[in-house]
Amino acid sequence: MSEKLRSKYCIAGIGESELGQLDRQSAINLNLIASKRALDDAGISAKEVDGVIAMSSSREGISLLSLRLGELLGMMPLSFILDLDLEGATAAAMVQHAVMAMEAGMCRAVLCVLGGAGKMKAGEPHDINEISQEEEEFYVPYGMFDITARYAMAARRHMHRYGTTSRQLGLIAVAERAHARLNPIATMKEPMTIDEHQSSPWAVEPLRLLDCPFQSDGAGAFVVVPKARAKDLKCPPAFIMGMGQSHPHREILDSASLTTTGAKVSGEIAFRMAGLSLSDVDVAELSDPVTYAVLVQLEDYGFCKKGEAGAFLESEGIELNKAKIPVNTHGGLLSCADVPGILHITEAVKQLRNGCGERQVAEAEVALVSGSGGVMSTHMTLVLGK
Amino acid sequence: MTKVLQRPLPRPTPESKPFWDGCRNHQLLIQKCKSCGDLRFPPSLLCPSCSSLETEWVPSSGKGEIWSHAVFHKVYHPAFERNIPYVVAVVELEEGVRMVTNIVGCAPDEVSIGMAVEVFFDDVAPEVTIPRFKPSKTEDAQVKTDEDQGPLPQR
Repeated sequence: MSEKLRSKYCIAGIGESELGQLDRQSAINLNLIASKRALDDAGISAKEVDGVIAMSSSREGISLLSLRLGELLGMMPLSFILDLDLEGATAAAMVQHAVMAMEAGMCRAVLCVLGGAGKMKAGEPHDINEISQEEEEFYVPYGMFDITARYAMAARRHMHRYGTTSRQLGLIAVAERAHARLNPIATMKEPMTIDEHQSSPWAVEPLRLLDCPFQSDGAGAFVVVPKARAKDLKCPPAFIMGMGQSHPHREILDSASLTTTGAKVSGEIAFRMAGLSLSDVDVAELSDPVTYAVLVQLEDYGFCKKGEAGAFLESEGIELNKAKIPVNTHGGLLSCADVPGILHITEAVKQLRNGCGERQVAEAEVALVSGSGGVMSTHMTLVLGK
Repeated sequence: MTKVLQRPLPRPTPESKPFWDGCRNHQLLIQKCKSCGDLRFPPSLLCPSCSSLETEWVPSSGKGEIWSHAVFHKVYHPAFERNIPYVVAVVELEEGVRMVTNIVGCAPDEVSIGMAVEVFFDDVAPEVTIPRFKPSKTEDAQVKTDEDQGPLPQR
């Protein structure tokens, strides 16, 4: 990405709906509530917003969701809309598309919103996803269900190659739970010890249930505007300093490696745009569809060398008040709420605003945020700054 | 009403039909680009290396090694309940392509990355044969077929 775009746009406001098991809430209402809160937070009126990006709505049965949300929020007519679905990479991609649309002169302020309701029963791990013909034909007849099985195979390769253990993966789950306990909006607040992680049943071996997120309802939203519009906002903006993408494979059958992800290249692109390096980062909110995804990103982003994340977790780790760069300070998908990636962004903005109370990282000035979809197939990086 | 659960079986496409026909004849066939010779799996319309639409089918040795694997302890589909715990693996064939399969003929904790395996054709229905893999040098008679796991549950 061009360095000319460094800090030219910013996240002006953030919002979150209620999170957890919300029996009587529709997806569209959760999206509306999060959107309203983001607009209020920014102090920007709905009329001023002329672009909307929503998560592609096939899952919710609402077509043209971005347009309908704009209509229900009183933003019509809109000049830019996009329904987007890159799974867990969607939210971070929204930031990038918002910047691109404004840079192209298509709109002046973009609302990005994502969330859902009533998909699964609470307390169950990910269930069978919508499946393609290819999956139905070449995966399901062997009893291969669920994205977790693919992550399990990826983790197995790391374990085989580098000696990584289930217990080391557990340290990620334990740290994220400890963070969630300090976050008023987090859904999973029961304390978790490493022994509890180690005695939790297999989801798909070698991943345990506590290596996986629990389904929850909820939505998040944010508003992106040019720097010039940021002068009289209600809250301090978070500047979009760097952004990048990298997509090494779609399916594991075609992946060169499941022990290195797109984070490496995506991170290099984003840090180059930002003119920064990992040593400038104060807090990181990394995509965590399972614990293993965090472990491999620690290596790919350079927290430690390739193959050494297990030992890194045992020494420095990722926990607040212990780690040099605390990771997933809101609790992540694993313990805050499984709303694809967007709460990683709202948390990063809160940290940069010094608004996190007990879980605030001291003097947080630069935040690293990632999003990933598929089986570490698509990767997005954001570098945000004060 | 009680009914026997249906096991999910592959429904071939025009591109994949030769593969499943081959399995039915206990032959593991791999799609090969007629133009550049690259092999690919699963079957697809055009060659990712050279974009050619021309393909042919060549027999695989049926031998390979385990690239990675996962063990299912939890029932995701009731038709697989009798198989728990079962191993789903990605096997890399000698010819270089990878496929998702099951490892049969040994206990789940005996399976490891790099283990040499060879194909075992499991005739699961009158018209359908599924290629699974067993440790090399295991006799077919020692392998439990899907049928050997007991009857499908009734619901």
